[in-house]
Amino acid sequence: MLEDLFHKVKSRVMVTTPDADAHISIPRDIMFKCPRCQKAEFMDQFEQVGKVCPHCGYHARLRAGERLEITVDEDSFIELDGDLKSLNPIRFPGYEEKIAKLQKDTGLTEAIVTGTCRIEGEACVIGVMDSHFMMASMGSVVGEKITRAFEYAQEHRLPVILFTASGGARMQEGIVSLMQMAKTSGAVANHSDAGLLYISVLTDPTTGGVAASFASLGDIVLAEPKVLIGFAGRRVIEDTIRQRLPDDFQSAEFFLEHGFVDRIVERSRMRDTLGKLLRMHRREEGML
Amino acid sequence: MSKQATAWECIELIRHKDRPTAADYIPMIFEDFIELHGDRCYGDDAAILGGIAKFDRKPVTVIAQLKGRNLEENKKSNFAMPHPEGYRKALRLMKQAEKFGRPVICLVDTPGAFCGIGAEERGQHEAVAKNLMEMMRLRVPVVSVVMGEGGSGGALALAVCDHLAMMQNAVYSVISPRGFASILWKDASREKEAANLIRITAKDLVELGVCDGVIAEPSGGAHKNPALTAEAIGTYLHHVLPKLIEKPIDNLLQTRYIKFRKIGVFQE
Ligand SMILES: [Zn+2]
Repeated sequence: MLEDLFHKVKSRVMVTTPDADAHISIPRDIMFKCPRCQKAEFMDQFEQVGKVCPHCGYHARLRAGERLEITVDEDSFIELDGDLKSLNPIRFPGYEEKIAKLQKDTGLTEAIVTGTCRIEGEACVIGVMDSHFMMASMGSVVGEKITRAFEYAQEHRLPVILFTASGGARMQEGIVSLMQMAKTSGAVANHSDAGLLYISVLTDPTTGGVAASFASLGDIVLAEPKVLIGFAGRRVIEDTIRQRLPDDFQSAEFFLEHGFVDRIVERSRMRDTLGKLLRMHRREEGML
Repeated sequence: MSKQATAWECIELIRHKDRPTAADYIPMIFEDFIELHGDRCYGDDAAILGGIAKFDRKPVTVIAQLKGRNLEENKKSNFAMPHPEGYRKALRLMKQAEKFGRPVICLVDTPGAFCGIGAEERGQHEAVAKNLMEMMRLRVPVVSVVMGEGGSGGALALAVCDHLAMMQNAVYSVISPRGFASILWKDASREKEAANLIRITAKDLVELGVCDGVIAEPSGGAHKNPALTAEAIGTYLHHVLPKLIEKPIDNLLQTRYIKFRKIGVFQE
């Protein structure tokens, strides 16, 4: 299962290095060029530190498999509902072809991977959205897998940890995609009413209908540094108000300041932080 | 009932300058409406009109998205595009209804939740999400009626309900046809084509299992006879509400969850 997720697309795209007036071309799978600070780093070193730029702390987007590998205990992940696949509810032209191509290119069946695992020994249900699959937009399959993950967790009295990323609802599924917001929020409500813990970890980008549903409903809402969070797209707002927005608008730091994020946690501390939080919410740890 | 108009014809009808608004309908459908203001947190959003009224001689909570009938009214109500404080006011009134055991009736009519700096600063995403979760477990019956425009998450935040009705010419969509054309085809001018493709009419939504019933409008649209339209809405609510009130509450909540739980098209 995990091996499938790690199916990598090696694209030997030639990129220009930062200090290269001479236009030296370097294959992308050997060097990583940071889009924020423009500095370059050897790819294997960059990958070893969880794809965080050692120069400026930029957290690159991860694939679901990569996220699982740095988060869960070795060999503890068991996938749930891995064979759920999208159909075409409003018969939108070209949708099936687009899904098929993405499945081939990413090795994923859909924009989220869910399953059970242990994190520092603590059992939980985990879900990881992958922005490489249609910007992890939420259609029927994403909605159903999240709902089932919460239902499974409720039945087995397990906490849920979701790494969210999404451009929002999947427009190609029309109104059916919008309804996934209500469906997943209902599943969170039931899990919560059973007294169980849900931690959402907002990763880049968590916006639109996903930000406006389950991603914001965690008992604890964590975020990676500098990630984009928000309801509306930046361009939509700029078009509405006819002015340019500051660069840090809708960042994790912006929402921390405004009270919508509990903590910003660097990738290198995430596993440790989740482990601590899970342990503190064990039934037997409670004083009452 | 006249025959179902195309999606684009619907959009033209609901954009008609004389299309009745919640402010027109509420006095015609309900008695003794008393408006209540504010979210007890930040402010009062005029895009959401809420309060207590009597329906069939019993108290109900009414929450509506308010379009203006002219530019001045629209400036005040922000063209029915609520800010977070609007959704929080709505939720406050719903929790109040829950405490006093009266049903909630939501009249949905919005292009969408407002997109702006203040809306983001005050957590539009969180306000919408909270309403979805809290409405799913609200321990009183909720009926939502899409009156004209059901614009995405901003509409859904008043439409997690036991029964969703739509006016015959109303539309309800994940994104406006214009937004759809602009994002997926990079060409906003293909709005009309998108409207007719993405299945947004009342008839479409009944077929897709999202909408539970359609309320007929007079031939030519609601503005041709607002009083008759109001009567049709009243009759519809009179028919739907008692059945929901009769149900044991836990049964009602489970049915509400399943109503949304079963929406989704996939294979395994
Ligand atoms: Zn950097």
